[in-house]
Amino acid sequence: MFITWNIIQSALELGVIYALVALSLFLSYSMLNVCDLSTDGCFTLGCAVGSIVAIAGHPFLALFAAMAACAVSGFITAFLQTRLGVESLLAGIIVNTGLYTVNIQVMGKSTLNLNDTTTVFTMLKGFLADTPLADWSKLLIGVLFSGVIVLFLLWFLNTRLGLSIRATGDNPDMVKSSSINPAFTTTVGLCVSGAITGLGGCLLGEYQKSCDINMGTGMVTIALASLIIGETLMAHRSSIPLRAFGVVLGSCLYRVIVAIALRFNLPASALKLVSALIVAVAIASPQITKMIDFQQKKAAMQGKNFYQQMLVLFALATAVLVGFGIVFAEARAMLLFLAVLTLAAAVWFFLNWNKTKGDAKVC
Amino acid sequence: MLKLTNISKTFNPGTVNQKTALDHLNLTVNDGDFITIIGSNGAGKSTMFNAICGSFFVDEGTVELDGENITYIPDYQRARYLGHLFQDPMKGTAPNMTIEENLAVAFLRASTGKTGFFTRVSNKNKEMFKEHLAMLNMGLEDRMKNPVGLLSGGQRQALTLLMATIVTPKLLLLDEHTAALDPGTAAKVLDLTKRIVNERKITALMVTHNMNQALELGNRTLMMDRGHIVFDTSGEERAKMTVEDLLQKFTVGAGRTFNNDRILLSTAKKE
Repeated sequence: MFITWNIIQSALELGVIYALVALSLFLSYSMLNVCDLSTDGCFTLGCAVGSIVAIAGHPFLALFAAMAACAVSGFITAFLQTRLGVESLLAGIIVNTGLYTVNIQVMGKSTLNLNDTTTVFTMLKGFLADTPLADWSKLLIGVLFSGVIVLFLLWFLNTRLGLSIRATGDNPDMVKSSSINPAFTTTVGLCVSGAITGLGGCLLGEYQKSCDINMGTGMVTIALASLIIGETLMAHRSSIPLRAFGVVLGSCLYRVIVAIALRFNLPASALKLVSALIVAVAIASPQITKMIDFQQKKAAMQGKNFYQQMLVLFALATAVLVGFGIVFAEARAMLLFLAVLTLAAAVWFFLNWNKTKGDAKVC
Repeated sequence: MLKLTNISKTFNPGTVNQKTALDHLNLTVNDGDFITIIGSNGAGKSTMFNAICGSFFVDEGTVELDGENITYIPDYQRARYLGHLFQDPMKGTAPNMTIEENLAVAFLRASTGKTGFFTRVSNKNKEMFKEHLAMLNMGLEDRMKNPVGLLSGGQRQALTLLMATIVTPKLLLLDEHTAALDPGTAAKVLDLTKRIVNERKITALMVTHNMNQALELGNRTLMMDRGHIVFDTSGEERAKMTVEDLLQKFTVGAGRTFNNDRILLSTAKKE
């Protein structure tokens, strides 16, 4: 069979674990309006610290250690941008670069192996052995953790501190005249979101029984893709519970898409390009829609057929891609580009399907 | 209540853009005062408000609120005691948060003492929000779960006013808060302002470009020019004043003719 339940199940397992990273961006990007580029390094840091502590024999402590380490990393990012006046994107990049060294130091080498280590996953599996739930243990743990984090966020975002964090991201002008200290709320927000990323990294390490120095590369884009898919699934509602739930759903859907893509014999390395495209197209979609609307109007005024023009353009683009494939004599490359194109079109369709918030912010 | 002693502020000192916005300004506001402030553009009205609420620290002089020296207290700490409304209705509310959440931010920030970081608004508080919203007569009480971004400018400004006063502030700063609204809505928001200020006996400062308003509202009128207060009237003297007198006073106080289109227009409107 092309897609078996096993494939879906492992995709969901990964989905709920990666959902933690998407949830952390839900806090930092959607709520606080800070694009935290240190997420990549932070994720690896969580995995590195978690793995080291797990190898030392404390699989539970590992989770908290990873969260604490990543909260510190979030604090440094926040400190740079709130107190020392470093541009927010730059602060993330700086911390991300620095974390590479830190991660190598923590791990001692560039990969760690947890094959013989007791993890929360093996523990639950042992506990549930001989019950019908044994096969579900990994998914259970993932659902448990992302569920707890979703509940935590729902509670947190309605407390005084959480509301202040949301106001900070939503209207900086308002914050100035409220008794909210934006430096403080940004710091708290980034620490909490760092801790959630770290938890995700740690769980993934324990899940796949290995930790690699490069495992975090592109994590921020992948998480953003999940976030955007999630918000789109929820039709850009404003209700926080729906949105948070959508983020988890989006992450799972993303992993299912990845699993399906892998079944098409796409090289695993192609996935980063796919997620980059999803994010780029999703964020650009309001602008593209505007452009198309304008061209449509213009064509109508000039008595030209807009769809004909589009078709020609599309044919040209396809010809270029196919030509590219022939030149490089790579059937796979051709397939890859077509798949990317289809995916991008699908995402675009998705986004415009419920075009309720025309020019509003995507997240 | 509020005491500004000799405050000065110069922007971009030492450059061609050097601008002395406040020049050794002195002002004492008494408890319960409702002061209207007029003056041409660049006279320093908004700068004075910003000095009071701490957007910047003054170069010289002291700011005292209720006997406490707050000259070097950062803005977010002062904001607990101050309500501040701007001309731009978009500045005072968070568009992607619901009406209820906006009110919660305002309520939780200002109610000091017993509120920790993790306090949430109770159902009782929500009922209270609802009652307050009903006071606005804008039907907002039925739209508590709507994002504020869906409201009109006037509704948002009314909501901002409510947020600024939901916990009675020691001082309310109104910086031309009706200037960006259409006449009908402006009148409504102004009525609301009067009512809230009177009912709660809030000490308030209000910048306006409307001379009639300046004399009608409140109990004291200030005129500012080039970072000074050039004229300060209250009581009987003020009660007898006409718009023409006010213009006359300005010329005397500032030592030059009064040439501000908006003010001239707003006086012309009356005739």
